[in-house]
Amino acid sequence: MAGADGDDSLYPIAVLIDELRNEDVQLRLNSIKKLSTIALALGVERTRTELLPFLTDTIYDEDEVLLALAEQLGNFTMLVGGPEYVHCLLPPLESLATVEETVVRDKAVESLRKISQEHSPVDLEVHFEPLVKRLASGDWFTSRTSACGLFSVCYPRVSSTVKAEIRQHFRTLCSDDTPMVRRAAASKLGEFAKVLELDYVKSDIISLFTALASDEQDSVRLLAVEACVSIATLLPQEDLETLVMPTLRQAAEDKSWRVRYMVADKFSELQKAVGPEITKNDLVPAFQNLLKDCEAEVRAAAANKVKEFCENLPEDNREQIIMTHILPCVKELVSDTNQHVKSALASVIMGLSTILGKDNTIEHLLPLFLAQLKDECPEVRLNIISNLDCVNEVIGIRQLSQSLLPAIVELAEDAKWRVRLAIIEYMPLLAGQLGVEFFDEKLNTLCMAWLIDHVYAIREAATCNLMKLVEKFGAEWAQNTIVPKVLGMANDPNYLHRMTTLFCINALSEACGQEITTKQMLPVVLKMSNDQVANVRFNVAKSLQKIGPVLDSNTLQTEVKPVLEKLASDSDMDVKYFAQEAISVLALA
Amino acid sequence: MMGDRPSPPRAMSSAAATSPSVDKVDGFSRKSVRKAKQKRSQSSSQFRSQGKPIELTPLPLLKDVPASEQPELFLKKLQQCCTIFDFMDTLSDLKMKEYKRSTLNELVDYVTVSRGYLTEQAYPEVVKMVSHNIFRTLPPSDSNEFDPEEDEPTLEASWPHLQLVYEFFIRFLESQEFQPSIAKKYIDQKFVLQLLELFDSEDPRERDYLKTVLHRIYGKFLGLRAFIRKQINNIFLRFVYETEHFNGVAELLEILGSIINGFALPLKAEHKQFLVKVLIPLHTVRSLSLFHAQLAYCIVQFLEKDPTLTEPVIRGLLKFWPKTCSQKEVMFLGELEEILDVIEPTQFVKIQEPLFKQISRCVSSPHFQVAERALYYWNNEYIMSLIEENSSVILPIMFTSLYRISKEHWNPAIVALVYNVLKAFMEMNSTLFDELTATYKSDRQREKKKEKDREELWKKLQDLELKRGLRSDGIIPT
Repeated sequence: MAGADGDDSLYPIAVLIDELRNEDVQLRLNSIKKLSTIALALGVERTRTELLPFLTDTIYDEDEVLLALAEQLGNFTMLVGGPEYVHCLLPPLESLATVEETVVRDKAVESLRKISQEHSPVDLEVHFEPLVKRLASGDWFTSRTSACGLFSVCYPRVSSTVKAEIRQHFRTLCSDDTPMVRRAAASKLGEFAKVLELDYVKSDIISLFTALASDEQDSVRLLAVEACVSIATLLPQEDLETLVMPTLRQAAEDKSWRVRYMVADKFSELQKAVGPEITKNDLVPAFQNLLKDCEAEVRAAAANKVKEFCENLPEDNREQIIMTHILPCVKELVSDTNQHVKSALASVIMGLSTILGKDNTIEHLLPLFLAQLKDECPEVRLNIISNLDCVNEVIGIRQLSQSLLPAIVELAEDAKWRVRLAIIEYMPLLAGQLGVEFFDEKLNTLCMAWLIDHVYAIREAATCNLMKLVEKFGAEWAQNTIVPKVLGMANDPNYLHRMTTLFCINALSEACGQEITTKQMLPVVLKMSNDQVANVRFNVAKSLQKIGPVLDSNTLQTEVKPVLEKLASDSDMDVKYFAQEAISVLALA
Repeated sequence: MMGDRPSPPRAMSSAAATSPSVDKVDGFSRKSVRKAKQKRSQSSSQFRSQGKPIELTPLPLLKDVPASEQPELFLKKLQQCCTIFDFMDTLSDLKMKEYKRSTLNELVDYVTVSRGYLTEQAYPEVVKMVSHNIFRTLPPSDSNEFDPEEDEPTLEASWPHLQLVYEFFIRFLESQEFQPSIAKKYIDQKFVLQLLELFDSEDPRERDYLKTVLHRIYGKFLGLRAFIRKQINNIFLRFVYETEHFNGVAELLEILGSIINGFALPLKAEHKQFLVKVLIPLHTVRSLSLFHAQLAYCIVQFLEKDPTLTEPVIRGLLKFWPKTCSQKEVMFLGELEEILDVIEPTQFVKIQEPLFKQISRCVSSPHFQVAERALYYWNNEYIMSLIEENSSVILPIMFTSLYRISKEHWNPAIVALVYNVLKAFMEMNSTLFDELTATYKSDRQREKKKEKDREELWKKLQDLELKRGLRSDGIIPT
């Protein structure tokens, strides 16, 4: 194929070379991104013999260009002639795997991992594995870090001699004197363990794991905790106690809070990996300690796991463990000094009610919910309110309604508009659970007050909230409770409030149906077309366009059309524009 | 359990009863404004009071006992000072805290003036006391994303003791009787590693002391020097490529500045590697402004030692030139001027082309501070003389930008500066200047044509691809 078109075939490489020398990075980047086009045009042979050597030799460029190149090369297998030739891609990727910039290096490793799968077992040993070895023994830390991510992809498919070498290299990197390399090795330890034969997991991985878990740098130790999950999953139950637990216990009490944080963060995974017996004997006390940790970060991470941990406890004595060991700690966290801890707890604590059942919930959890509903920090209250549905299933929301109301009222008027916004979003849910009477009595005024909030986002959310309420409670309810109030605002001296009326009508017309829209809403809208503020007038045009489909054609012709026509000759150009748009959308022309 | 806790006072409750949220303040105030209200302090992550009050038996003053008994009393006092107090609890152990403070004060004075106190047994005890007090896991930062430029640093609560411990340790290291050959058994690699970790402390007072301590250790323990440099390397690399967070970068660079000053010539490969692979990439970090002065100092130190490093350094800076952050761009220009101040003319010739291509881009930056900073180079006599010597190379590179800005830039101050620069060039090399002015238009047209040709070329390439029946999904039909 190559050369078939005579001079034409010179273009691609000429273009590329020219472009890659351009001063503008963006142009260099563009040409690299079109590398596959160039390769296609060149054909597989010339791609292998000209393009790849060119790329390997001449690439010294901005990291952004290198990143694009590293990514492209991962998809190049077919362009160099398929799996048979895939090893041609190794030289450029090898040098990209040694650059300083982490993003580039990671992308090169990702591409190498990808194309490793396309190597035949023979090619893997002849071409790929030597590359891994070279990287693993490179001078500068970057190449050794990259090597860490490549062991696990070639290990399963090479001969046992090569396997032994790979294990040896991995071992060496685990005790590298550069912490960056040890971190890279520690982060791949779990992945590597998964592809190893069980005997080697026990003999090799465990000793590496133990060493990394007691590294002098906490940044290395905490990565060992992550590996702990995979390793524990691989080992038979009877070995866990001797091989893994001593290290895990030590990590849970590490002097660095970062390591303890990691243990707390991975607690559910660890719990699943070590099984119910060890959980009962070891993890329960460890979890208690984490919940009582001196660092708020650790307590918050542990508090986040309370529900999941309890859920996954062995069922036979779950309740007993929770009641005697976990709940006392949880009770203390409710009055923690740190708001992040309290709010982490508040986001999961409601989930305990399904696990503990009705009686325990009423007796033990309810007081905690109530305390959190009165917490000084709005986020805590909000988290409780947003999870009300869990409690609703177990004991019904009525139990809480007395305390709920003041909490809602206070959040509804919080100084931070984002808090107000958050509580509005829970209104439909609350309304559904509390029922229409409670709502009318206590919450309706709040919902209406939001309509005149000074922050637009709140007014907008309030409008949307009304629509959802109408969908829940029905048109009749709307007609009696909210429509009159909404329409009343049409006479407000503040034009922003008058516009809110229009926005509400936009949102409500469909849910309220034709009759209410025609008889009650439409007259108000039409009357507002005489408003002195242009913004109100063009919103009238937009509203008419919006509610048009709900009206019958007679009303459209006799009532809506004349008003829109009048607006279409308004002195304000925006009003004209939207009136004309409405006329054409409603096909009234 | 909850019932007996008084609920916290709330400003809200009264407001809630009266009116809806109309006249309340929104949470848009700047971070720094909000933060300023809280007084923040923190203490070691590990330490929390054990609940029991701490009792120390008061010892006599050193000056009140005969000289022969002083060494032993000194040891006893050191041991007492290993006791750690909880400073987050401002009410506990007040008496004993005061006792330790006065003991530490006494120890500081004692090591400064006394002679013959430093027995061999004293070394491990001193190091133990210092380690006990200063080595601790630094607690998490109070604010989620501690931004050193915006946020007030969190101060170390135990500073009343900690400061004296540092003070004592420095006096000890500086004492005339101090013998590194004995001390090196105790002040070892592990000790240094822990010391370096403390540089991440948010408390600037502590970092300042650490700087002095590390500097003294580097000066006195020859065997630790390579190790210290390597560990600082690691800290920087992690800072650049992994976390972008480390509070003590400026302090470490300051120490390095003086270390570089003392490097022997010719420079070892290790040092050159440090310059190119660590110091230059430090420029990429977002918080550059916090340590840029120290960094630029280190770079210039290197170049004064070995001018042949100029080219890799400038090429490195050009590679990492900020694309979007004008503030950083101004810093880069400042550093470049510092480098040009010491550049040798032979080195200048090697990098003038890429360098002035960048400067030409800066000059035409729409951000006037960047343009202004670059144009200030023409006020620097030495740089001016270099430009003059090489005007035949530099003028063609700069001309297009200057000519265009003189017509187009929005900022009149920049236009005025550019006129001066153009005038200077005109005086320097009037023949070339006239030539460039004459060909300006045709040059632009040629550029436009080139641009067009490029587009054509790409189009052709795509046609070629289609003609060969190659599918756009990257699969070659067989």
